[in-house]
Amino acid sequence: MSPHATRWTGFGLLTAVVLAGTGWYVTTEVVRAQADQAAPSQVEVADDVLDGPHVLFRGTEPGELYGRVSAVALDDLAGPREVTPAVCDRVDTDGETTVCLHTKRGVVTSYAAEVLDDAWQTTASWPLPGIPSRTRLSPEGLVATTSFVTGHSYAATGFSTETTVHRADGSDVSGNLEDFTLLVDGERIAPVDRNVWGVTFADETTFYATVQSQSLGRTWLARGDLDERTLVTLLDGVECPSLSPDGTRLAFKHDAREPGAATPHWTPAVLDLDTMETTVLDGEERNVDDQIAWLDDATLLYGLPRADEPGTTDVWALPADGATAPVVAIPQAWSPSVVRG
Amino acid sequence: MSFLTDVSSEAVTAILPLYVTAALGLSVVAYGVVDGLVQGAGALVRVAGGWAADRTDRPKWVAAVGYGLSALTRVGLLFAAGLPAIASLVVTDRVGKGIRTAPRDALIAASANPRNLGRSFGVHRALDTAGAALGPLLAFIVLWAIPDGYTTVFVISLGAAVLGVGALVLLVPDLRPRQAAWLKTHRTRETRGLPKCKGCTCDAPGGLELAGRPFSWSFLRGGATVRLLVVAGLLGLLTVGDGFVYLALQDRDGFATQWFPLLYVGTNAVYMLLAVPVGRFADRVGRGRVLVWGHLLLAAAYACAAAPFAGATTTVVALVLLGAFYAATDGVLSALTSALVPAAVRGTAIGTAQTVTAVARMVASAGFGVLWYATGRTDALWIATAALVIALPVCAFLLRKSPA
Repeated sequence: MSPHATRWTGFGLLTAVVLAGTGWYVTTEVVRAQADQAAPSQVEVADDVLDGPHVLFRGTEPGELYGRVSAVALDDLAGPREVTPAVCDRVDTDGETTVCLHTKRGVVTSYAAEVLDDAWQTTASWPLPGIPSRTRLSPEGLVATTSFVTGHSYAATGFSTETTVHRADGSDVSGNLEDFTLLVDGERIAPVDRNVWGVTFADETTFYATVQSQSLGRTWLARGDLDERTLVTLLDGVECPSLSPDGTRLAFKHDAREPGAATPHWTPAVLDLDTMETTVLDGEERNVDDQIAWLDDATLLYGLPRADEPGTTDVWALPADGATAPVVAIPQAWSPSVVRG
Repeated sequence: MSFLTDVSSEAVTAILPLYVTAALGLSVVAYGVVDGLVQGAGALVRVAGGWAADRTDRPKWVAAVGYGLSALTRVGLLFAAGLPAIASLVVTDRVGKGIRTAPRDALIAASANPRNLGRSFGVHRALDTAGAALGPLLAFIVLWAIPDGYTTVFVISLGAAVLGVGALVLLVPDLRPRQAAWLKTHRTRETRGLPKCKGCTCDAPGGLELAGRPFSWSFLRGGATVRLLVVAGLLGLLTVGDGFVYLALQDRDGFATQWFPLLYVGTNAVYMLLAVPVGRFADRVGRGRVLVWGHLLLAAAYACAAAPFAGATTTVVALVLLGAFYAATDGVLSALTSALVPAAVRGTAIGTAQTVTAVARMVASAGFGVLWYATGRTDALWIATAALVIALPVCAFLLRKSPA
């Protein structure tokens, strides 16, 4: 054979090997995924949980119930769960109205926010510009959502989020929160690349959220006002605040990386809003990258992925004073939302 | 092979945010860290890649190192779990891309007929972009069939990358532009009955290796090249990045929000269709001219995104204009640079031109961001449009005497 023909034969062989190998892998994965989705989930199911005080969350148990919104009784978090028909990436609920951010998979993947009533019927929905990240309801049913703006791989802006507040009927209240007037130490600034995320509501006009500018290297806790369309920064280094049920403290994640480390290490922390004193809860040594929820005035909840089981997460509980180490509160769960009843 | 590699890299780029947030459970900001690295890492390595290709006179093997590096990161992705691991893989992938770009363009230039340079680069960019459009589509189909199929996407991506490297190593001829240029001149002397080089007999073994004109930075002193780099920099400074156009469309337009993840696939499709015809057109009417006036399409795209009527039509027109802009500038810049400089420094020159453009565009994006928040979306876009329209005749004037 001429060298030319040898090379083409070599390339043909390589192609055959790669195609066969990839094809085999894809086929087995498709078969496995179908079997997994059809397999019964190994969880204990109940049907009266939603009537009493409960925690609503996204179930992450492998099998047919994966991704379904489920609930466990507040006094038996590890006990049997009631499974709803809704499938969501992120949920928040006040017991009647539920907001559900979800990914519509398809040849064209798209993302939406949906408002569900207590029969799990969609009453309003609007498209999201990218991957769902955070959502919170206000006491009267305002809906805050944060999603990634994705899909432009050669945008030179780093990353971008869109955080908006809608009414429960789907009408837009705020527009993108990054268009609000930003006041840092009383001074109005407008950094190039600011992003706002992780809203937590105090009431129908006041909320707390994270504001960040990567170019300035700052991440602030800001108090927002929906009527005046302002964001006023309160503190540096706070991400994803979450207001306690009694309204006196904010739990958040705090970057506790070693000096010089390239990537952040997030540790839970609690800020007392009266004294503005922060308690870092370093009894949790892992990287907590979630918007914390309050189980009650003394306990924090947050999701953590299982290291050895991709896709499966657990909701952990940590005392808000950091007195003891975290424990698994709800196994195989994500995005907890507490209905105290 | 660029096609295969782009299937590979864009399939991963498309699902990386989803993977980092949904499968690994990390947040928005973690992804921001990864994305920032993607943007930053590639630009400066390009000159180095071009220089290495020129220096060794082996562009194929320098490119192979770049492609190989990227293929290796796919293996890494199969096992990476934490953010630091993913971040370093992403950076490695971008460094690989930076290394391979300039030598690959030098190879294209060396194997093309000088008169058809624009078309040759057009063909390359069309295939490249086809891969970039197919990759994400493939990835989303896999995730549709297998909801947790991230590993499957990485396996497919690895397969495509291995085939890409295989095609380069096995099928692409090992062109040595500097040696070829030397042989061409000296063979001509021989046919005219003259000694191969003036006043010497260089038939000694190894003579050919040494006798090729060595690499030298002096091409930077050539007036035409400098003018090209100035024009590339100036135009780059006025190119604010399609990300902003997408964000502007999405800000204004419900239609764009719904289809946001697909906007850049649309742009790529147009780019793919137009790359060859526009390349041929550039060969005929002058590549400098097409490069400069192609930016008029960009200005039109800005105007379209700034215009006060929302809706599917303006969004689609903006995407078509953006795609056409890429077709008229990206490959054409490399073709123009290749034609301006001697073969011995082509890789470095292409790398330099691309780096100047990339760095200028980064500066432009930062500046435009300030403008966006200072004056609002619409005014900022109108200002960018106006600046482009004013700068274009100046750039056309600077390039008017270019031989290419």
